[in-house]
Formats: sequence, structure tokens, C-alpha cells
Amino acid sequence: MSHILNIKEVSKNYSSNKALNNITIDIPRQSIFGLLGPNGAGKTSLIRIINQITGPDTGTIIFNGEKLSQKHIEKIGYLPEERGLYKKMAVGEQTLYLARLKGLSKEEAKKRLLYWFEKFEMQGWWKKKIEELSKGMQQKVQFIVTVLHEPELLILDEPFSGFDPINAQLIKNEILELRKKGSTVIFSTHNMGSVEELCDNIALINKAEKILDGSVKEIRKTFRTNTYKVSFKGNIIGFTNALWTGAEILDKQTEEDVHTITVKLLNNVTSSQMLQAVLPNCEIVSFAEIIPSMNDIFIQKVSEGNMIAGTKSNYTE
Amino acid sequence: MSKVRLIIGREIKSKLTNKTFIIMTFLTPLIFIGALILIFWTSMPEKIEQNILVLDETGIFSQTLRGNDFVALNFSDKKIEEAQSEFQKSNYTTIVHILKGSDGNIIPKARVFFKKNPGLAFRTYLKNELERIYYEQKLKANNIDPTIIASAHQTVEIELTKVDENGNVKNSDSVQLFSFAMGLIMMLFILLYGMMVFRSVMEEKTSRIVEVIVSSVRPFQLMIGKIIGIAIVGIIQFTVTAIITSVLAMVLSNIFMKDMLDMKTKFDSQNQMVMKMGTNANLAVVDDFKDNQKMFEALDQLSQINFAEVAIYFVLFFIGGYLFYSSLLAAIGSAVDSESDSQQFMFPVMVPLMIGYFLAIKIMISPESNAVIIGSFVPFTSPIVMMARLPQGVPTWQVLVSLGILYISFIGTVWLAGKIYRTGILMYGKKTSWREILKWLRY
Repeated sequence: MSHILNIKEVSKNYSSNKALNNITIDIPRQSIFGLLGPNGAGKTSLIRIINQITGPDTGTIIFNGEKLSQKHIEKIGYLPEERGLYKKMAVGEQTLYLARLKGLSKEEAKKRLLYWFEKFEMQGWWKKKIEELSKGMQQKVQFIVTVLHEPELLILDEPFSGFDPINAQLIKNEILELRKKGSTVIFSTHNMGSVEELCDNIALINKAEKILDGSVKEIRKTFRTNTYKVSFKGNIIGFTNALWTGAEILDKQTEEDVHTITVKLLNNVTSSQMLQAVLPNCEIVSFAEIIPSMNDIFIQKVSEGNMIAGTKSNYTE
Repeated sequence: MSKVRLIIGREIKSKLTNKTFIIMTFLTPLIFIGALILIFWTSMPEKIEQNILVLDETGIFSQTLRGNDFVALNFSDKKIEEAQSEFQKSNYTTIVHILKGSDGNIIPKARVFFKKNPGLAFRTYLKNELERIYYEQKLKANNIDPTIIASAHQTVEIELTKVDENGNVKNSDSVQLFSFAMGLIMMLFILLYGMMVFRSVMEEKTSRIVEVIVSSVRPFQLMIGKIIGIAIVGIIQFTVTAIITSVLAMVLSNIFMKDMLDMKTKFDSQNQMVMKMGTNANLAVVDDFKDNQKMFEALDQLSQINFAEVAIYFVLFFIGGYLFYSSLLAAIGSAVDSESDSQQFMFPVMVPLMIGYFLAIKIMISPESNAVIIGSFVPFTSPIVMMARLPQGVPTWQVLVSLGILYISFIGTVWLAGKIYRTGILMYGKKTSWREILKWLRY
């Protein structure tokens, strides 16, 4: 079974408000899956359905080949975007309680907690109340609570918010470690840098609809615009003449004797054809394809969607 | 089910380890007993020993005015000016100067000079004694036997006895007061622990931990665990308070019992005296006897109440009423972001409780009016009203039907509350309206 989770044609309405419209997403096992979308797109609604906090109006969710049910709760770990713990409760007691709610025995939970407390250097925190901890420290506690029962599926909503760069790196490493051990991670964030860095696959949701999904590599490839950045020494006019009608120059920069040009190749010209054309006239220093970032793709797809929605609403008026 | 048990456990532990909660549990009986002592103590006659110099210008009191255990009387013919000038140096605490009236018959007033104010009790004692003696003297002077007048002054006692299936239950003012107190305590209990549920729900919502928890348990499990947990906390607190109160009461009653026993002996001897002497008894003794008789009768009637039965029904109605109201309050707690937003939703919960309270007052005036009977079956008011009716004797079937309605209604409110709760706890930011809540019922 290659997928841990199949979301099939899931829709959810809140009275007249459409939160999810016919969403179908498959999440491969042992991968990191980015669930992306602007605020209010429906991500939280979908996450809550996966967590069985609410149910879908229509559609089904398949977990490990079975219909999602209460017994799967223990196999899912959830870190909500809005973090929260009992402020007046001691760290040890609280983590123990939350772990037992996820089905761990008291002894097992304690053993694992001591392991994580040591790993995150929080041995002295057991008897401290949450309100006595800094925000970053609280986040660490919350992360441990999420992963303690070694869930097969981990849902992390903006996991790095509130962490300093050192702790963010610590958490990042833990996420990669968890995947290595067999967990699947659903990762919801607005930080596209971390999506490129961590995610294997993504789905982009906007206005309750899925507008894009697939592997990060594939998506970035399909959004390639055949644009290259070439740095060279030599005559800039000779270079541009050599390209002739095969390319469009988007940007020119010169630093000392090195020129850097961004070109978009046209008319099915390949990069090697371009290089062959320009080589007699200059000395190439560096050459790289410009692959659009997830950030660009996100903005492009979402604004396209909004424009369509805009024209639609114009029609109705 | 084991998850609900975990939730119940946490709820109990978090309350029982809360400092304010512990302090209140132990302080409440102290305050309660303290208040009782204060009332008892202030109502006791003042035992300030008085050594009194009486200057009687009328001459009619020297034979008849008597002191008591605390008041020693010394009669003298001194002039008031002389007595006053010697007063500071003398060991008298007070001078009572009884002035002769202008026509020789009327007593216009008695003047009291004192070093320390002898207080209201002494004044009342003096006034009553002087008036009584004057009254008796006057009757005798006109050859009227005071005992005839006294026997003509009989108050007619009205004794209320309800005839019910279990035999007779005597009703009296004291029983009615007791039943009102039961209704009042019931209302306070429901409110106290209901609000505890409300706050606990809101705390989880505002601290946002609720989203983590409902990803592990169903919202309904969380809500029901919380309600049961706090019910157990309530029963524990009630038991601890009751034990401390009764221990304190026992210790204190040993201290005060002497006074009670003294009164009882006095009462018994008065009883014998009244029996023996009949209408020849001293008026003062008869009056005193009647006061005591009332008190001991009231105690006697209170002791006819089946306290064990009342206690069992109290627990049953408390649990029912608490479950009924706390599930509504849990729903409200889930719907609001802060306590200040909760006013508009609190109102409809508070109103029926207040109605119950007013019906409990009405029971003292007209115990079997239709409003009271209806109120003792409607689940919004039945715990309070039925509890207030109970000490006065209610047919068992009525109590059982009322309990049945209450518990069945609880299933209705908890179902309704569950629907509001599961949506409410995850709603943040916008102010909730009634219309919004009605929508949640359909999600």
C-alpha cells in the first residue's frame, strides 16, 4: 500500500459557507506532504476532518486502506497552529495525561517522556508549570506531546512558528528523523522555503478547491519557463547577436568584467543550442536554469484562481 | 470509556490540588459555624453582672422588683443628688431612679445612670418588670385577681398537621424555614458547581488546549468527563464540609450544651410549676414558660422530619439538577471567548433558577399552590422547589416522577449541549449570537 491516507471527494459546508469542495488528495506513505493555501482556504477544516474533530458532509477518508474511524486516533499526532496547554498544570503531569489520552500506558508514556526530555535538554522541567516556561519552551513541550505516541501520521500546522532558528533546526531534524523511521508528515505552512526544503509532495488549496498537487520536483519542473542565467566574460553585443530570435533577454547586469544575463529561450531552442551559439563570442563563467520557487508558483496559482473567481462574480453581477 | 475516566481524573485532581479550593473547603464550615456562634452569642442574654442602687420614689417596687442571677438590687431612700455624688466612689454599677408621677399614680419614667452602658437587654428587662409590677399592683388595688386577667389573655395556638399516606407530619414555622433553607442550599449548590463546569470549559477553550484534546477524544467525551469529574469534586467537597461542620458542631455543642441543658431543666421545672399551680402561677413564669414551650415544640417538630430521607433526596436532586444545569453551562462556556461575553447567554439560565428560588419562598406562604406544584415537576425548577416541599411531606410518587422527569430532561440537555459544545470549542474570534448557536445545532 503506497498511500497512508486517501482523501476522496471530501466536501464540507458551514451553513452557506463552503469550506471544502470535492477535495481529493492522496498522501504517500513515509513522505512529507505540504498542505498549502492562503488563509481561509480550508486547510484547517481538512485537518480537522482528518483528525476526526469534525466529519465531512460528503466523501470518505481512507487511512491505511481502512475507512477512517476512532481507532485510528492513536495513530495520528496533531500539532495545531494555535498552540495550547494547561497553564496551571505541571509539565510532567500534563504530558503524561495527553499521552495517555492517545492510548499510551502510564509506564510507557513516562519512559518515552524521560527519553524526549533528555533529548531536548529539559530534564529539570518536570515539575514546572507551563506558565513558568518561555514560549519557545512551551513549543518544545507541545512538539513532544504530538510525537510521543509515535504516530504513523503526523499533522503539523505551522510547526516552526515561535521557534528561534536553533530550535527550528532541531525540530526540522526531528521531522526528517521521524520520516526516516517510517512516519508520514502532513505539513501545513506559509513558509515556502521550508516547503522546498522538506516536502516531497504538496497540494495547494484555494477557496475550498484543490488547485494543484503533485511532487515538489515535478511541479517546479512543469512551471519551468525555460529561463536561464548565464554569466560570461566578453562582448555583450556579440552575445546578444548570437542569440538572435531564439531568446528573449529579461535582465542584464554587469559587475567588473563579468556580465550576467537572464534569458528566456523561445521557439523550442534548447539550452545546448543556445550555448553553442554564444560560445564563439564569449567565455562562459557560469550557467544555470532558473527554476521557479514554490513561492512564485503559490502566488501565481492563487492569484490566477482569484482572478477567475473575480470574473465569475462579475458575471453574476 | 477509559479516556473519559482519564478526563474525570484530571478534572478532580486539578480542582483538589487548587489552593483556593482547598482553603474554601476548610474555611466554609468555619465561616458557617462562626456565623452560627455569632447569632447564638448575640441572641444570648448579656451576662454582665450588675450591682444596682434603686431609688424608688413611688414605693411600690421595693417589695416586688427582684433581681436575677446577674442583677443584684439594693433599695435605698437616698436622695438622687446624694446618690449621684457618691456614685463614682461606690461599687454600684448603675443607679435606677424611679420617679413618682405628678398625680402620684402614673409612673412617667425611670432614669438609669451608669458607669458602663448596661445595654438593651437590661433596658428591656427593667421596662418589662416595671410595667408588669405596676400592672399587677393596679389590678390588686382594684381587687381584680391578676390570674383571671392572665387566663383571659390566652393566645390560641394553631397547630398544622398534614395527613399523608405515611401518617401525620406536623407543620410549623420552623419546618417551613427548614424547607426554604433546603431549597436555597440546593440553588447555591447547583450554581456553584455549574459555574465550575462553565469556567473549566472556558479555560480549555481560551488556552487552546482543547484542539489537542479533541484530536484524541470526542468532544462529547471531554464534556461528559468534565461534568462527571466536577460532580465528584462537588460530592467530595460536600462530604468534607459536612464532616468538618458536624465535628465542629459536636465540639461546640459540648461547650454550649450546658446552657441548653440549663434551659431544659428550667423549662421542666416551670412545666411542673405551671401544672401544679395552674392559674395561680406567677405571670412572669407563665410567659417565660410559653416562650420556652414554643422553642422546644419547634425542635420537636423539626425532629419529626425524616432527615435521612431528606438527605438522600437532596443528593439525588442535586445530582439531577447539577447535571441538567451544568450541561447547559458547559454549552455556554464553549460558545464564548471570555466571561464578559457570556452575560447574554447566562441570563436564560439564571432566570429559571431565580424562579425556583421565589417559588421556595412562596412555599412558606402557600405551600400547596398550583405554581409550587408545577414548579416541583418542571426540571428547570424542580430540584429547588421539590426540595423545599419535601420536609413538609410530599407523596412519594410525586417525588419519584419529578426525579424521573429531571433525569430524562438531563439526557435532552446534554445531547443539545454536546452539539453546541463540539462546534463552540473550536470557534474563535467572532462574537457568538443566539442565531449562530441555533445554526451549530444543525451542523
